[in-house]
Amino acid sequence: MIIDIERFFAQNRPHWQELEKLLDRIEAGGRPSYSDARRLHYLYERTSADLARLSTFAAESEAGAYLSGLVGRAYAEIYETRRRKARFSPRRWFFYEFPRTFRKHIGAFTLAVALTIAGSGFGAFALAIDADAKQVLMPFPGLEGDPGERVRKEEAGPNQNLRGHRSTFSAELMTHNMRVSFFTLALGITWGVGSVLMLFYNGVILGAVAFDYVRAGYTTFLLGWLMPHGVIEIPAILVAGQASFVLAGALLGRGDRRPRRERLRDATPAVVTLAGGTAVMLVWAGIVESFISQYHRPVLPYEAKIAFGVVELILLAAFLGFSGRKDEA
Amino acid sequence: MNGRRLTVRTPEGIVFSWPLAGPVSRMLALLIDFACIAAGFAILQQVIRLFQVVSADWAAGIAIILYFVLQIGYGIALEWLWRGQTIGKRVLRIRVIDGEGLRLTPGQVILRNLLRPVDILPIFYAVGGFACAFTKHGQRLGDLAANTVVIRHQQATTPELSEVLRLRYNSLRQWPHLCARLRQRSTPEEAGTALEAILRREEIEPAPRVELFDTLARHFQGKVEFPYEAVDGLSSEQYVRDVVQVLFETTPSRARSNG
Repeated sequence: MIIDIERFFAQNRPHWQELEKLLDRIEAGGRPSYSDARRLHYLYERTSADLARLSTFAAESEAGAYLSGLVGRAYAEIYETRRRKARFSPRRWFFYEFPRTFRKHIGAFTLAVALTIAGSGFGAFALAIDADAKQVLMPFPGLEGDPGERVRKEEAGPNQNLRGHRSTFSAELMTHNMRVSFFTLALGITWGVGSVLMLFYNGVILGAVAFDYVRAGYTTFLLGWLMPHGVIEIPAILVAGQASFVLAGALLGRGDRRPRRERLRDATPAVVTLAGGTAVMLVWAGIVESFISQYHRPVLPYEAKIAFGVVELILLAAFLGFSGRKDEA
Repeated sequence: MNGRRLTVRTPEGIVFSWPLAGPVSRMLALLIDFACIAAGFAILQQVIRLFQVVSADWAAGIAIILYFVLQIGYGIALEWLWRGQTIGKRVLRIRVIDGEGLRLTPGQVILRNLLRPVDILPIFYAVGGFACAFTKHGQRLGDLAANTVVIRHQQATTPELSEVLRLRYNSLRQWPHLCARLRQRSTPEEAGTALEAILRREEIEPAPRVELFDTLARHFQGKVEFPYEAVDGLSSEQYVRDVVQVLFETTPSRARSNG
């Protein structure tokens, strides 16, 4: 059982220390040179062998823990096969990676859209057959009142409450929407059940509000009010839903026989990219909502607002549908 | 202390393992991180005050956005820059690593932090805590999705053994046949325990230290009884030290004969 531990330590400690120094340097972000890489591999194998020798005779010594830690660190550097990007380029990410990821997982997006539409249908239907449903479906002070009243108030002049608070309002909208979106995304971990409920519920509110205003004959106001920011904000939340379904899909792994950990490992970049895309879209929507959507007829004609929304929607669709198509496999 | 470990088997057939961090240390790290975020925001607020001269509205807007960015970005930025550590995790000497023992990628860091809102549910990280308690590697949901684990840091310095083993005189050596018997009858675990005790003796309080070495000395005396002359005047600690030396070091003559 016994090896001469003193001699063992004296002989090998210089190598361990060299490996430790080399790892410190590589972990700090230094790209190893060819000779460093070879040296790393040599030292790693040597230290692994030392660990194996040590563990055969010492049950759980500090030296074993030390060597184990060293081997672990070297292992992480040597066996990492996922490509490390040389440098993160925000432009490349936004114009190539995000739209490509979106198209690759278009099925998950369609599901999110379908759920939202189903929810809207339910919301409109509920309001149509039961007027009391309004308080239950829309527990927000801005929406509870009569649509006609709201329209008259809004058209009376730019919202007085907002004067001098536009930036604050915009910031609040952005952060609130991002919280909701990221939460929807995170719910993907419930095998998608939570995301389904969340998207459906969002749809219910949307459908109920829309129905409320359309029934009262304020369709133009509604479109002018919602479209400038809504055409970006709603798709942003749908993209978050898409990300949550990508995550849920990796968890469920239907028709994929690889282990769960491997499926999740593959899905991670897509989920993160979609989350980033959601954030960018919501920043834009927050600015528009605060600085354009809240101005109404006397200041900004509805036609202009609707046209603005339509242009945005076309641009968004073109971006998600075609950006980065060149040299796409 | 929970004894759960993440064990990795390398292609070379070598097994190494990381001790996993317990829920208590993770919770404390989290509290420290919360405090850091609050402190960071308090400092930022002082800076934002300067903006109020220009526009109170802009100042308030910037404050809201910065708070949000700080809250979400704190964990992501630090865990990425410090290879899996935040300030709280540094203080408690724990670290996030990849679930296969590989390098942590930015995607993993972002994902595990994005899933925090679900782990927090319904209050005080109840979901995350439950997941930690019931998964094999103590992972919260964010860790499961990103395939990461949180480990305890191991000792970072090279072990020093030579001082223990380079003793001037060892009375037990006078009886080589008894030394050989002692070596034969001791298991690796016993030898390891005695060595560990000797290496760490300075960290132990005086009273338990005496007690510990008494116990160890009695244990080894029960295996092989050395003559009275060999152990006369030796404290239990010295006795254990001699035993360790006998167990771990080959005598010069043996070393030579072994080549």
